[in-house]
Amino acid sequence: MITLLEARNIGKRFGGLQALSDVSLTIRKGEVYGLIGPNGAGKTTFFNVLTGAYTPDGGEFVFNGSLLPTGKPHKVVGRGIARTFQNIRLFRDLTALENVMAGHHIRTKAGVWGVLTQNRFTREEERLTTERAYELLRYVGIERFADVVSKNLSYGDQRRLEIARALATEPQLLALDEPAAGMNATETGQLKQLIQQIRNDGITVMLIEHDVKLVMGLCDRVAVLDFGRKIAEDVPAVVQKDDAVIAAYLGGGKHAH
Amino acid sequence: MNELVAAVPWLGKRNPTAARWLIIIIAIAAPFIAWQFGRSWVRILDFALLYMMLALGLNLVVGFAGLLDLGYIAFYAVGAYTFAFLASPHFDIHLPFWVILPLGAAFAALAGVMLGFPVLRLRGDYLAIVTLGFGEIVRIFMLNLNHPVNITNGPQGINMIDPISLFGWDLSRNIRIGEDFTINSLFLYYYFFLAAVVASIVFIQRLQISRIGRAWAAMRDDELAAKAIGINTRDMKLLAFALGATFGGVAGCLFGAFQGFVSPESFSLMESIAVLTMVVFGGMGNIAGAVVGAFVLALLPEVLRDVAVPLQQTLFGHVLLDPEVLRMLLLSLAMILMMLLRPAGMIPARARYCHDKHLSATLKREGAK
Repeated sequence: MITLLEARNIGKRFGGLQALSDVSLTIRKGEVYGLIGPNGAGKTTFFNVLTGAYTPDGGEFVFNGSLLPTGKPHKVVGRGIARTFQNIRLFRDLTALENVMAGHHIRTKAGVWGVLTQNRFTREEERLTTERAYELLRYVGIERFADVVSKNLSYGDQRRLEIARALATEPQLLALDEPAAGMNATETGQLKQLIQQIRNDGITVMLIEHDVKLVMGLCDRVAVLDFGRKIAEDVPAVVQKDDAVIAAYLGGGKHAH
Repeated sequence: MNELVAAVPWLGKRNPTAARWLIIIIAIAAPFIAWQFGRSWVRILDFALLYMMLALGLNLVVGFAGLLDLGYIAFYAVGAYTFAFLASPHFDIHLPFWVILPLGAAFAALAGVMLGFPVLRLRGDYLAIVTLGFGEIVRIFMLNLNHPVNITNGPQGINMIDPISLFGWDLSRNIRIGEDFTINSLFLYYYFFLAAVVASIVFIQRLQISRIGRAWAAMRDDELAAKAIGINTRDMKLLAFALGATFGGVAGCLFGAFQGFVSPESFSLMESIAVLTMVVFGGMGNIAGAVVGAFVLALLPEVLRDVAVPLQQTLFGHVLLDPEVLRMLLLSLAMILMMLLRPAGMIPARARYCHDKHLSATLKREGAK
């Protein structure tokens, strides 16, 4: 299989806390890759470093065969990595449709001049953006709320909207930070279907998740972080039986391995 | 325009076409009505239109992009002084209006970028403090740049500025038709400014419903998430500052030419706050709010001046409170009441960031499937 993303020896330190140390992992094209670990293990930090929100202290990312810029979120998105947030971060005063349309920003080109003169290119681009945004809302199943201001959506729908917005950036790798957090069993089931659909449509998915059942049922491979270090990486069934992983989750912590 | 139509009380929702015509008729007839109360009232309307432009420009920065700017009047000053330098006996340069206007806009935009760069990482209170300082710096420069080389003529300001002349047609002269009918120059300025305001509304509406407007709104609502979907927040902030400043610069040019005189005291901090008050009072983040806020708050003090002085004289026999003091008092009171009763402003409409026609066309097509 083709490698999509390779993280090489990523390190990140916050003052006295080594949030990530020497994390290396490889994500293959077309797989669902799970990133799990106890609270504070460095999963979200890894996402933040990957997507350019933080600059790593060491290491590098190779995406699609070339080096990924660090500390420049908009360039990372441009290269084809989109993310969602653990605590939902929508544009609260925009409607669902407008949120997704905003997500299309980086794939559109109209400049100030085009907008002010409303030339044909701009009008056409705007029309396509609207259409595409609506299709994405339908894709995640919330098209009936297209005209609802996003802060008024239900929690589960907000999660879906955030995924739609991330998809609007036309990513090759979709990084989801605890998408099932706070969802009930039915919603989690629907989410699982959605993620499988996204994978079947050719987008590689990277997933931080605490819901073990979801991770085991969904992920092709899983990496486990503990205290900023990768302690295991394999198919879910193997990882589940790994001694170090069990120790990390059930106590014993970093002394277990 | 649609936002303005919807904001017309009662009629706006029931009969938008009628409301639209009502707005157009009022806009055209306003100076004639004002004329009945005296010439000065038409002048006040002219100024109200300039304030509308300022409020529209500031609303773009504060309301759309969420960047609190307390020094906005500096761009007005840049525009006004550009006009004064290039069309007055001060340097003995007399460039035509259509040359100066884009220059004034460009200098103001440049000033906007100059303000934007150092404040890229600031937000909220910190941003407000720095922009406030910027406004004061510009004013103090205008005040003191008469030494060692006289550039701005200091506190005396620059006078005898050329009036606006459109292709040889001087707006400052009354037009005579026949023997006893004249169109006062104030009317000409009114309609010219009205055209400028309408053009501003069209441009700003186009910006609002575009990828740029959505990027600003995204940045305003959640900067981190905006970055995460690939918006280059640095460029978008600079663009907001530059475009907002452009409207201020254009308004400044018009102000300089209309008034025929500029001096630093026209660009004090209080003016910045007055324009911001108009935006907040009308309803932040939507065009109709800026227009209505500017109109109401530009007229209110003048009405007050006309009413308060005679009223006090009849009641107490002499003027107890200066109208200027009363103005601040009532403005503050109005703001406090507004914040308590209608915190989102007079017109709390949510701005649209997508074309309704595109949405309905998409829905129709989807429905047919």
